[in-house]
Amino acid sequence: MNRRPIFLIGCLAFGFAFFYVPILSMIFFSFNRSRLATVWGGFSLQWYGKLFDNAQILNAAILSLKIALLSATLATVLGTLAGIALARFRRFPGRTLFSGLVTAPLIMPEVITGISSLLLFIMMAQWIGWPGSRGFTTITIAHITFSMTYVTTIVQARLQSMDMSVEEAAMDLGSKPWQVLKDVTLPIISPAILSGWLLAFTISIDDVVITNFTTGPGYTTLPILIWSKVRLGVTPDINALATIIVLVVACGVGLSSYLLGRAERRRERDVQMAIAANA
Amino acid sequence: MTAPAHQGWFDRRGWRDFIIAAPYAWLVAFFLAPFVIVVAMSLARTATQSPPFAYLPQWPYVRLDSYGRLFTDTLYIRSYLVSIRNAAIATGLCLLIGYPMALGMTRVSRSTQRLLLMLVILPFWTSFLLRVYAWIGLMGTNSWFNRAATAIYNALVPADWAITSLHMMNTNFAVVLVMVYSYLPFMILPLYANLEKLDLNLNEAALDLGSRPWQVFKDVTLPLSVPGIIAGGLLVFIPASGELIIPSLVGNAADPMIGRVISDQFSIAQDWPMASAVAVALLVLLVVQTVLYSYFDARARAGAEQAP
Amino acid sequence: MPASNAPFIRIDGVTKKFGDFTAVDNVSLDISRGELFALLGGSGCGKTTLLRVLAGFETPSVGKVSIDGQDMTGVPPYGRPVNMMFQSYALFPHMTVEANVGYGLKHETMTPAARRDRVKEMLALVQLSPLAGRKPHQLSGGQRQRVALARSLARQPKLLLLDEPLGALDKKLREHTQFEIANIQYKTGITFIVVTHDQEEAMTLASRVAVMDKGVIRQIGSPAEVYEYPNSSFVAGFIGSINMAEAEVREVASGHARIAVRQLAAELTVTMRENFSTGERAIFAVRPEKLAIARTRPDGAANVIPGTVQDFGYFGKDSLYRIKLDNGHILSVNTVNARRLGVGETAVTWEDRVFLTFEPGSAILLKAGT
Repeated sequence: MNRRPIFLIGCLAFGFAFFYVPILSMIFFSFNRSRLATVWGGFSLQWYGKLFDNAQILNAAILSLKIALLSATLATVLGTLAGIALARFRRFPGRTLFSGLVTAPLIMPEVITGISSLLLFIMMAQWIGWPGSRGFTTITIAHITFSMTYVTTIVQARLQSMDMSVEEAAMDLGSKPWQVLKDVTLPIISPAILSGWLLAFTISIDDVVITNFTTGPGYTTLPILIWSKVRLGVTPDINALATIIVLVVACGVGLSSYLLGRAERRRERDVQMAIAANA
Repeated sequence: MTAPAHQGWFDRRGWRDFIIAAPYAWLVAFFLAPFVIVVAMSLARTATQSPPFAYLPQWPYVRLDSYGRLFTDTLYIRSYLVSIRNAAIATGLCLLIGYPMALGMTRVSRSTQRLLLMLVILPFWTSFLLRVYAWIGLMGTNSWFNRAATAIYNALVPADWAITSLHMMNTNFAVVLVMVYSYLPFMILPLYANLEKLDLNLNEAALDLGSRPWQVFKDVTLPLSVPGIIAGGLLVFIPASGELIIPSLVGNAADPMIGRVISDQFSIAQDWPMASAVAVALLVLLVVQTVLYSYFDARARAGAEQAP
Repeated sequence: MPASNAPFIRIDGVTKKFGDFTAVDNVSLDISRGELFALLGGSGCGKTTLLRVLAGFETPSVGKVSIDGQDMTGVPPYGRPVNMMFQSYALFPHMTVEANVGYGLKHETMTPAARRDRVKEMLALVQLSPLAGRKPHQLSGGQRQRVALARSLARQPKLLLLDEPLGALDKKLREHTQFEIANIQYKTGITFIVVTHDQEEAMTLASRVAVMDKGVIRQIGSPAEVYEYPNSSFVAGFIGSINMAEAEVREVASGHARIAVRQLAAELTVTMRENFSTGERAIFAVRPEKLAIARTRPDGAANVIPGTVQDFGYFGKDSLYRIKLDNGHILSVNTVNARRLGVGETAVTWEDRVFLTFEPGSAILLKAGT
């Protein structure tokens, strides 16, 4: 159809305005001189200055990063194993329960996950004396639990769509089982594992509710810090912090999609050259 | 089936056991066990001790009073209904805004599609809290957005209805608005994935057979995108109905959603058994939905696979 | 012959550009009522674009199309008396066979009973009545193809466009369906335009064939005309297999030309279809089945080319030889095994010294650079 879909383009414009006007407004007011975050009082960078003087924010960000890196990595290991188990083992005792346990965290409201994890830690402390206090370990355990199932979903889907005959070909050509895993399977599913890790990382570093229930005194992650500040109302230093976060994320996403796009274009060109060479 | 003729790399006994056991044990310990504790907790009663619960000293040990209160105390019934209503309205609005966007995204060039897809995902990678925060700023009574909205409102209604500012913060309207904003990508992405796969030849065939463009949409595009609508709807409805952050920050405390009730019962009222009972009831609601969805989804897939 | 003089379908100077790329380049074509016409060409030759212009999915950059005397400029696809059978069939996956066939009738003013009757009639025409309640995914490829055909015929269009109608079928089914399409075309009397890249398909189906290349029609004619008398080396090479070589005209006399073909190291006599003058460069072409093969030098033959059998393939009904000439050039020869060999008789085989002969009228002399 040659006609430009005017209506659909209009909807796209409206939708993206809806997405980005609040964010741009938030960024705009981070440069506000006024203490009132929503009334313009002239240009200023003072809130950024305050932000960098604030050791509390920096410590919270470092704690968040530590938890996210550790929990995403462990969640990726466990999640990948679960994905392999579900994709490759048609039957084993308790498979139904297992696949239920993998799906359930995806629909479990965070508040329930948070409360139930907290109850577990309290009961364990009563029964076996561990964990003595809640903090880094308990937060990390809770994050691993609910982010590993996202990794499982991604890895399982990739394994199921993968052509099994390449593994058989490798075995036919004399590879030992671990060599098949190393040389064939892992390279093929590695993009899925990587995106699973990224998703687990994002979920962890962004989490408020579950962290709020499983944290203890002295362990304030960045989202918890923002949460406690935002509850008190709008302050320009949050705008400044938001601006920095948005910029970092936008650069990261932009760079990765540029690299992915370049790799894809190169692939397309190679395919075309191969076809041309064949003709 | 008999044993397969070949063995996969994963078929070694020790590996196989480890691959299954490690994640299985983890999920049982840190997901199933807590859940069992919650169910057990919902059958206890509050007590002035630490932790603040106790079971009956003799048979039957448990009580169902917490579940009884779910149906007698209007707070719980009301918060259930408010949750379902808010989540349903948010899901409907997401569909209304997201469907044309997803459809529009399939009608532009490949490179533009990639860019737009990135723009849809980008807010998702920024902090969820900050997206809520952005709207707190916009909805405040002296923000430019509120003033603009007020001006539009005043221009539309008779002069004696005029108001100085719209009351947006701490209302269910605010909750729905921010939920739509936060969850819209979850609606757009599955819809786009679904619509993008549709064969444009089908649209041309319908046009060729005499359908006007809107009939093509009604007869071809819409029925074929039902799986995407259902998937997107669930991805919005499920987290929206148990949402805690948004109602806590912009909602009306006097008319709370169920997530906030659970949290308040637990942390403020210290009534752990009641909080657990409400949680179990909310879960039942969500599980029933999901099971229904996977049943219909599996049936649809099985039907599609009958193709020779 | 139709009553009116105006052609039924008139494509008048149509050009279609996509950016810098010219898909269809100033094509003019008349097709009469009831014809089964084939557009033949390789991928990217513009045949599908021309079909989509006729259907109304593409607007021509220049030129216009009229159908039954009606100018189609600005008429949307849903307003044209044209239906199309898509290469992918484009069956609606969520509708039954019956609903697919009846879909186009929803937009016609007719009673529900008449609509049902028409659907029944169409299903009977393609012999699918027992499968009316099935969904497309429950059908075989051949059945889907027939649903697509019935669906596009249901509205009784003035013109039916078929995009690679046999492309997705396997070889056996293809031959059967070929005749079925021709049969249905004959029964309904609707004008068909078939787009195909398969020359055999075009030759067997169509009463007239247009060979397209790079957006331009290179030759129009009956299948036999296009095969036996190609007007250019492109058409000669595109349809069927052919031996071609550069030649120089030595002598011209009474419709025949004496030519020197350096690659074949031979002087040959061929019948002229166009005028050539002495000394002119030309292209000599002869189809493999026009060459006769013998182990002894035939007496009195007009054209004899000696060589050695380099390769030999036996296909049952015919055999294909690759003959290496003394200068290394290779010629293909196709012989029909019309007669069973007698006792002690051997077929021409590897390493045999052979002589190729052909009638002057069986070869083709083409203008150089075509």
